[in-house]
Amino acid sequence: MYAFDIECPTTIAEAAQALGGENQALSGGQTLIPTLKARLASPEKLVSLTAIAEMKGISSAGGVLSIGGATCHADVAADGSYKALSELAAHIGDPAVRNRGTIGGSVANNDPAACYPAAALASGATIVTNTREIAADDFFLGMFETALEEGEIVTAVKFPIPEKANYQKFVQPASRFALVGVFVAKTTDGVRVAVTGASNEGVHRWTAAEEALNASFAVSALDDLTVSADNLIADLHGSPEYRAHLIKVMTGRAVSAAS
Amino acid sequence: MTKVTMTINGKSVAGDVEGNTLLASFLRDDLHLTGTHIGCDTSQCGACVVHVDGRAVKSCTMFATEANGAEVATIEGQAAADGTLNVIQQAFQDHHGLQCGFCTPGMVMSTAALLKDNPKPTVTEVRTYLEGNICRCTGYHNIVKAIMAASGQDVSAIAAE
Ligand SMILES: Cc1cc2nc3c(=O)[nH]c(=O)nc-3n(C[C@H](O)[C@H](O)[C@H](O)COP(=O)(O)OP(=O)(O)OC[C@H]3O[C@@H](n4cnc5c(N)ncnc54)[C@H](O)[C@@H]3O)c2cc1C
Ligand code: FES
Ligand code: FES
Repeated sequence: MYAFDIECPTTIAEAAQALGGENQALSGGQTLIPTLKARLASPEKLVSLTAIAEMKGISSAGGVLSIGGATCHADVAADGSYKALSELAAHIGDPAVRNRGTIGGSVANNDPAACYPAAALASGATIVTNTREIAADDFFLGMFETALEEGEIVTAVKFPIPEKANYQKFVQPASRFALVGVFVAKTTDGVRVAVTGASNEGVHRWTAAEEALNASFAVSALDDLTVSADNLIADLHGSPEYRAHLIKVMTGRAVSAAS
Repeated sequence: MTKVTMTINGKSVAGDVEGNTLLASFLRDDLHLTGTHIGCDTSQCGACVVHVDGRAVKSCTMFATEANGAEVATIEGQAAADGTLNVIQQAFQDHHGLQCGFCTPGMVMSTAALLKDNPKPTVTEVRTYLEGNICRCTGYHNIVKAIMAASGQDVSAIAAE
């Protein structure tokens, strides 16, 4: 690692002040620390977010679950008030990763194989930052790209709790990330289907499946659909055609498991 | 350099660390608590698992500064002061849950965290919980057996598998 200082502010305002320029936010560090070790980042200073009490914890009001940006995966897993989301959190990485990694870090990083972006997009979540609120549809802009400005902090993610939802992850066994993951949410405004792990564009919605499932929320509604392999990820774990196949299979499983 | 203080295995310790000093390096290089092993240094193998404020974490993927003020538990604090092994360590010995022993400190610390939350896990729960702890020697079978024994469960069926 290159040399850097660490600052541990205790309020969002102090953290926002400290960020910008060559300074970078540090949350659970489960992605950033390996990146620093590989010398792929060289911040002058890391601004740790995990001592900020107002960014931690989970609260629910009016059918909306609000999760502080520095809340770790294990705490979301233990919460249970949005079952599909807690189940998703319970299967991220391993227990030690879940005790450090945070929802803010996960959505800010927008890894194309990460789990939370699929939940946020399918649930129609709102990403709350220190300066504004961004709809998930406008937040995830492509592989490792988001609408965040330099120095902007994800302070919370707000999830409207759907009528029914489920996440199905086909695990890449070495990394435990999603080879393909599909989150299906049946909301009062209709069905939303978000796919992670599959596309060179990162997390995205499968609108053809949404239309079919709006007509009939059953696995058979997907029968006539095919997924194009265009622009899907090709790597040693799977071809684009394999991932295209998995998208449909995992969507079907999520529909039949949704509760 | 930043000054950090933390409680490690019940004892208060202080030290000066650089921003990029990992908790694992602070334990091993500064405090000579070399029971915490660094296997992969990339948060994959779990050899470096310690507890911070009661939770299992990979000490190769956390900075020492972030543990400032925390309660840290490492493998060195698991046996009694006279060297008597705790239940988990004894079960690993009795059931040959280790061969070279490199992964063992992390295995024992992960097991301690598991049994705190789930005192009587099933075999599947044990295997799932240990997803982040890699062992290159044992093939895991005897590790699982040791953990079932440490949780006071019958292991005769596992022995017969
Ligand atoms: C072994 C292993 C297995 C894993 N398996 C999975 C898996 O199955 N599924 C999955 O989804 N993920 C997985 N992960 C990733 C894990 O969930 C990470 O914790 C997560 O992607 C990043 O969160 P973090 O809190 O650790 O962020 P950090 O590593 O601290 O930060 C990541 C990036 O986000 C920025 N950042 C962090 N917090 C904020 C914020 N609040 N606002 C703005 N920017 C911020 C940082 O500057 C950095 O660029 C795994 C990781 C490991 C090590
Ligand atoms: S050394 Fe920390 S996980 Fe391998
Ligand atoms: S006993 Fe050798 S790595 Fe586990």
